[in-house]
Amino acid sequence: MGDVLVFAEHQGGHFPKTTLVAVNAGIELAKKRGGGRCIAAIVGEKIDAPAAELAKYGVSKVVALDDPKLAHYLADLYAQALTALAKGLGVEYILATATATGKDLMPRVAARLNAPMASEIVSIGDDGTLVRPMYAGNALATVEMDAPVKVVSVRATAFDSAKPGDSAAPVEKAAPELDSAGLKMQFVGFNEIKSDRPQLSEARIVVSGGRGLKSSENFKTVLEPLVDEMGAAMGASRAAVDAGFVPNDLQVGQTGKVVAPELYVAVGISGAIQHLAGMKDSKTIVAINKDEEAPIFNVADYGLVADLFKAVPEMVEALKKVKHS
Amino acid sequence: MKILASVKRVPDPATTIRILPDGSGIATDNVKWVINPFDEIAIEEALRIKEKQGGGEVVLMSIGQQTWQEQLRTGLAMGADRAILVRADQPLDSLAIARVMAKIAGDEKPDLVILGKQAIDDDSNQVGQMLAEMLGWPQATFASKVEIAGTKCTVVREVDGGLETIAFDLPAVITTDLRLNEPRYASLPGIMKARKKELKEIPVDSLGVDLAPKLKIKKLAAPPKREAGRKVGSVEELVSVLHSEAKVI
Repeated sequence: MGDVLVFAEHQGGHFPKTTLVAVNAGIELAKKRGGGRCIAAIVGEKIDAPAAELAKYGVSKVVALDDPKLAHYLADLYAQALTALAKGLGVEYILATATATGKDLMPRVAARLNAPMASEIVSIGDDGTLVRPMYAGNALATVEMDAPVKVVSVRATAFDSAKPGDSAAPVEKAAPELDSAGLKMQFVGFNEIKSDRPQLSEARIVVSGGRGLKSSENFKTVLEPLVDEMGAAMGASRAAVDAGFVPNDLQVGQTGKVVAPELYVAVGISGAIQHLAGMKDSKTIVAINKDEEAPIFNVADYGLVADLFKAVPEMVEALKKVKHS
Repeated sequence: MKILASVKRVPDPATTIRILPDGSGIATDNVKWVINPFDEIAIEEALRIKEKQGGGEVVLMSIGQQTWQEQLRTGLAMGADRAILVRADQPLDSLAIARVMAKIAGDEKPDLVILGKQAIDDDSNQVGQMLAEMLGWPQATFASKVEIAGTKCTVVREVDGGLETIAFDLPAVITTDLRLNEPRYASLPGIMKARKKELKEIPVDSLGVDLAPKLKIKKLAAPPKREAGRKVGSVEELVSVLHSEAKVI
């Protein structure tokens, strides 16, 4: 019967949906592995408030590693702090969501503990076996790990978020155990791409543009009105990002972000295997493309073969009418 | 400056993946094998660093079967100086692969190890990070820009919500992201020269590394197939069905 330690990522004291997903998955894993504890770890500086908040989400306890040295995430720094905590608690599993931070950090934690790691799991079997996607999601692999300590990262779209309850678990503050000789990385800066729109990982509706938009100007004048009329997050195919139409953090796909919103609208996207890997679990998929042979139509619930430069503005107007009816 | 670049042999990304009926693996009869696209980017970056520095050595490293020589020769044809093929016929998990790479790095003493961020067959995205921890080196994953000045390295990384810049002294491990560079094609003279470049084979058992897999793949299965939808005739119809049928707006 093993305990699970969840790395609860926070952004300036706020918990994104991706963290609440990890908490939920951690609770499920602990239950299925014999009823051990699910302990949440929050790492950073001045984190009293988020630690207290996290305690309401059904975990057994929250450990806050609170120190000015931990203000900025760095792989070697956080790996040291988290593994020392994991060892001290004697947990069997360490779990995090496969965000950019989770992907960067968790394998380092695994190696530090000589633990195997299952990346981006999408389900937890009753017997503790884990399922993860391979070959751009064209195969689901059932994996087993045989080691006293195991590391898991979860795909954010595959689990529900933990819900807050009335009772609060105890919160413990701990000083991080750090070996400064092993810390060799320096945070220089973060060029944040600010947006008023919902985040791709959290939005109920995602509207993505592909190379068919032809320019970054068209993304602004043609696609963005649709995105905003629907209150959606904006995504893009790799081709659109490579062509410089939009920044990299909008890329949806096998090696970009994986999303599964209620509605995914693909505009001017042909539907390469690698793009499908990032959105084929969306509840409803709409495709607008002037090429009726485009592979995207094979996964779309509703396909419109049309010139997007006509269809998208028409759709914006039609949606305005629905709103006002 | 010595750069070690990792090369994995994978099915071409455009391959239609067919899972064997017993779930033991994928059918390989229709597979075209290529260098993992992210590793190609790694080789290219290594070559650019060497060219910018006006000297140095780019060494390729693979852990796999005899057939992987093909991909190493392609890397040599791109311009790498020599290659190491650690011969392993058994399946190895990421920990074991990182351990083998750490041993090679210990012997070769490179200033930089550069790998693709993930292999497009396994999609685990672990080896680079594990290797960095085993070597006790800094790691810069998902690199979209690399700058080296002497022993100081600055890397811009593609992360959620934007671009992060970190800095560290070499030696270090870098993993590549899509937009780091566009790999060159091997030229015909390059292909000719590659035949004479050193490709050393080392049996994996001779390295004294723990290879026993701790992560095992029990079986592969196809994901649930998405039912085909339908085409709509107009924007009006589309908005209507999204509202009344799918109930998403």
